[in-house]
Amino acid sequence: MIKVTGLNKHFGDLHVLKDIDMEVQESDVVCLIGASGSGKSTLLRCLNFLEQAEGEINIDGRIIDRKTMDLNILRRDVGMVFQHFNLFPHMTVLENIIEAPIHVKKIERQQAIAEGKELLEKVGLGDKVDCYPSVLSGGQKQRVAIARALAMQPKLMLFDEPTSALDPELVGEVLSVMKELAQEGMTMVVVTHEMGFAREVGDWVVYLDEGRIIEVAPPEELFNNPKNQRTQEFLSCIL
Amino acid sequence: MEFFADLIRTSPLFLEAAYITVKITLVAVTLGSFIGLFFALLKISKSKILNKIANLYITIIRGTPLIVQIFWIYYGLSSIVQISGFWAASLALAVHNGAYIAEIIRGGIQSIDRGQMEAGRSLGMTTRLAMRRIILPQAFRRIVPPMGNQFIIALKDSSLAAFVTIAELFNVSMRLASSTFKDIQFYSIAGLYYLILVILFSFLVHKLENKLAVGSSGMK
Ligand SMILES: Nc1ncnc2c1ncn2[C@@H]1O[C@H](COP(=O)(O)OP(=O)(O)OP(=O)(O)O)[C@@H](O)[C@H]1O
Ligand SMILES: [Mg+2]
Repeated sequence: MIKVTGLNKHFGDLHVLKDIDMEVQESDVVCLIGASGSGKSTLLRCLNFLEQAEGEINIDGRIIDRKTMDLNILRRDVGMVFQHFNLFPHMTVLENIIEAPIHVKKIERQQAIAEGKELLEKVGLGDKVDCYPSVLSGGQKQRVAIARALAMQPKLMLFDEPTSALDPELVGEVLSVMKELAQEGMTMVVVTHEMGFAREVGDWVVYLDEGRIIEVAPPEELFNNPKNQRTQEFLSCIL
Repeated sequence: MEFFADLIRTSPLFLEAAYITVKITLVAVTLGSFIGLFFALLKISKSKILNKIANLYITIIRGTPLIVQIFWIYYGLSSIVQISGFWAASLALAVHNGAYIAEIIRGGIQSIDRGQMEAGRSLGMTTRLAMRRIILPQAFRRIVPPMGNQFIIALKDSSLAAFVTIAELFNVSMRLASSTFKDIQFYSIAGLYYLILVILFSFLVHKLENKLAVGSSGMK
């Protein structure tokens, strides 16, 4: 469904992503792991065209050309969830969710509200519709952010360390929403330090080191007998 | 006692003048806000040329006295088109305040976390839509206090319109002072009117700030 070939990204003199080749099949859950600064966020942002990079990105068999295609339209099909939630603080929970469906997709307001409430039920926040984000806990904020991304009915969901900013006791509620999504067949790319999640939900684990993909394997294989020495070292540090 | 007698006797004149002062200020700040927003957007745009244009404008306005700007626009414009003193003075004040307001708005926009724009973009919004729906409404709340401040400065600065014969507060007090030789008296009365206007306006801004603060917390 999405295929990346020869992706390179520079920030000035800094070579952040090096010859990335990667493929994500429909309904796959791909977990990206790697040390801080290895380029995980940058790779995710490239997949959503928030970052401009050299190389080829192929979606559903079409090569994406920045010059001729409207990236805003492409972005509608890709949901993104951030480490720090990035909810819109001047809007209520429901307004956060219906904002893009109404103003980007031009859906009827009534319909957007009905769908939005349904999504909030789904992430277990049906009673928070009229709250402002400032009164929610981190876990609740992140679930709203997931619902907000889902409201655009994306084909692909990107998660950038969705639980890293949460207190340990709130991590579970967010992961269980993500797990449910995976079970429903959502295609997901998840940057995470939650190895338990990667092991249980991931179809593939990608290990990134200094901007290079070092190893790709199903979780059992990568965690139990990593082929590459750098992967072994990294895993021994975090497991 | 004579002061109060004069204060009461001249109040119809001064109230009329105060009305003109407020009108000039309102026009100047409203127009100035549009000018300010325009140049703020130029300043934060990615284009180097647009940045330079905005910087040039801000440098010129901040680097020259307001009275010079008023004379430029008053005499400059009236030699090209027919324009009333009121509009010339208001326009000059708008152009002047626009430069300061541009910096206020730019500061407000740039104080909003980058993640907000990113979240908007990731939902398929164009930069423009995200700016309008996400960034500007949040920046607005932060801009209100410094804008209130700028309004007060504009109100007091409008006294310079007296020198292009607008019958606003200062102009009226100048005329009364020179015809009666009671300078201190009438300049003090003018000062009193400015003071009252500033206090009134500060109160309104304060109320607006409180109202906006309620919005982003708790339940709707
Ligand atoms: N906008 C930017 N300008 C310049 N350098 C950047 C920018 N964004 C990221 N970088 C650099 O690119 C490298 C990779 O950053 P990235 O955020 O992708 O890492 P990461 O793997 O997500 O790390 P973390 O686990 O800390 O989130 C880092 O060295 C970072 O400093
Ligand atoms: Mg990161």
